[in-house]
Amino acid sequence: MRAARSSLPRTIAAHAVLLTYTLIALFPVFVVVVNAFKNRRAIFNEPLALPNAETFSMIGFETVTSQGNFLLYFQNSMIVTVASLICVLLFGAMAAFALSEYRFKGNTLMGLYLALGIMIPIRLGTVAILQMMVASGLVNTLTALILVYTAQGLPLAIFILSEFMRTVSDDLKNAGRIDGLSEYKIFFRLVLPLVRPALATVAVFTMIPIWNDLWFPLILAPGESTKTVTLGAQMFIGQFVTNWNAVLAALSLAIVPVLVLYLIFSRQLIRGITSGAVK
Amino acid sequence: MTALRLENVTKAFGGTQVLHGIDLTVEDGEFVIFVGPSGCGKSTLLRIIAGLEDASGGKVFIGDQLVNATPPAKRGIAMVFQTYALYPHLSVKDNMALGLKQAGTPAAEIEARVGKASSMLSLDQYLKRRPAELSGGQRQRVAIGRAIVREPTLFLFDEPLSNLDAALRVNTRLEIARLHRELSATMVYVTHDQVEAMTLADKIVVLNGGRIEQVGSPMELYNKPANMFVAGFIGSPQMNFLPADTSGQGGATTIGVRPEHLSISTEAGDWAGRLVHIEHLGADTNLYLETKASGLITARVFGEVHHAPGTELFASAEPRHLYRFDAEGRTIAAV
Repeated sequence: MRAARSSLPRTIAAHAVLLTYTLIALFPVFVVVVNAFKNRRAIFNEPLALPNAETFSMIGFETVTSQGNFLLYFQNSMIVTVASLICVLLFGAMAAFALSEYRFKGNTLMGLYLALGIMIPIRLGTVAILQMMVASGLVNTLTALILVYTAQGLPLAIFILSEFMRTVSDDLKNAGRIDGLSEYKIFFRLVLPLVRPALATVAVFTMIPIWNDLWFPLILAPGESTKTVTLGAQMFIGQFVTNWNAVLAALSLAIVPVLVLYLIFSRQLIRGITSGAVK
Repeated sequence: MTALRLENVTKAFGGTQVLHGIDLTVEDGEFVIFVGPSGCGKSTLLRIIAGLEDASGGKVFIGDQLVNATPPAKRGIAMVFQTYALYPHLSVKDNMALGLKQAGTPAAEIEARVGKASSMLSLDQYLKRRPAELSGGQRQRVAIGRAIVREPTLFLFDEPLSNLDAALRVNTRLEIARLHRELSATMVYVTHDQVEAMTLADKIVVLNGGRIEQVGSPMELYNKPANMFVAGFIGSPQMNFLPADTSGQGGATTIGVRPEHLSISTEAGDWAGRLVHIEHLGADTNLYLETKASGLITARVFGEVHHAPGTELFASAEPRHLYRFDAEGRTIAAV
């Protein structure tokens, strides 16, 4: 039987392409995780083999947990990521709401100015940022990282969210105004729930570069008490000797929190209660 | 008592003048409808009355109060929107109650008012549902209910029937007419649909290009249009406009005749033309004649009439149903 909208060869081809891509994307992660559970010799002899009874070893994880302050690094990374994320989403959404909702002089110019950061990488300003942080005494604090990451995340957040907020029905906001809701309540109670899928998208795009960043922790907060996970993992990479077990174990552990956060947001991506607001 | 008074209200967006000095008085209990083509400023005017938009000039009085600087929630108005604009995350009941809660109304009274409105609109069984679980007609009834519970001095409707299908539109229209009678409330209603305007209004305000063309009862506008715009806008199919010299009408440059006031004959009449198209609507028939002298003429005759396209036909008008317009498009009073 032939169906109008599907054919077996086409389905197979589509799935083949998707599976290939999935394999390519997951392969590095697979290698990292697999080798984290092997002893040093097995890593180099057969990097692609699964750990077996002979090669299985938790030495990497043991090194990570015994040496250094990995729990603290994790905590630092979490604090920086979550706090930056909250700042980016809150302030980004508020700015986006103002840009899309209110008519004022210089609206377009302000929008362009806020989106400029998408085109200019924040790392270009590293020297100036470092000077500012030194001047304000914020070097070696998590606050410094949170501030920088908030600045880094805002342009894209404002750009994406203001586009989405333009699609929220004016009638709905006006109905809220007539019912006596304040502008803040309209923003938090009516508009934010409706752009939740967009918020989740922005959250994912903001969160992953922050979690993975090595540059700013290295420059602004290299102190022992403020190290993040990515920076912490570097101590196992030496100029002459690298403790691969420990590096791979640290990286495997670093995947977990970001995976959890991603899963939370992707549920939001799929859900979304936009239907039924307006026709 | 006057429910609403507008004095020389103007509105400009940037350099574009949208409203050019609107003066209007709405009496208590009146059903007033703003009609006009899209872009005529009718929705802007309604939004200015609601307080969702600031007037660039002029005064708005609701009751006896000057409300130019009053926020929407404090104007004693309620508004029903074209897109329903229900709060998606709230149940039907909470949708209706939200405005009262914001105003600090006691819970018992909220309960009573919501109950009354929902039974009036037969929404009792849907009170716990979310808007997403309702049909279009039900959603619009909830939106109307949300307006009723506020017990406003002025109801504002912004094209409330545009998103409904034809059958629901008639039902909801009847519902709004019934509500107007039962609540004896003052209502201001915006539409581009002249059928809604003719069937619901006590008073129609015809707007064009940011100016009021004419204010009057539906039959006044139909029988005594002030100018060519109103004559053409009210009535369907549209009035025929013919150059006056072709039919020997002195003093007027254009004469107008409504399609329903034309009679069709195969032998003789005022205008001869070839039938280009015929529409059978059951109760009546629309005929489109291409005349040499005056272009396309529409005639609407009652009952079923059969003519093959291409036939030569004659249309004649009853003289008492002829409208005469001067060069500026103003109506010349009957001689």
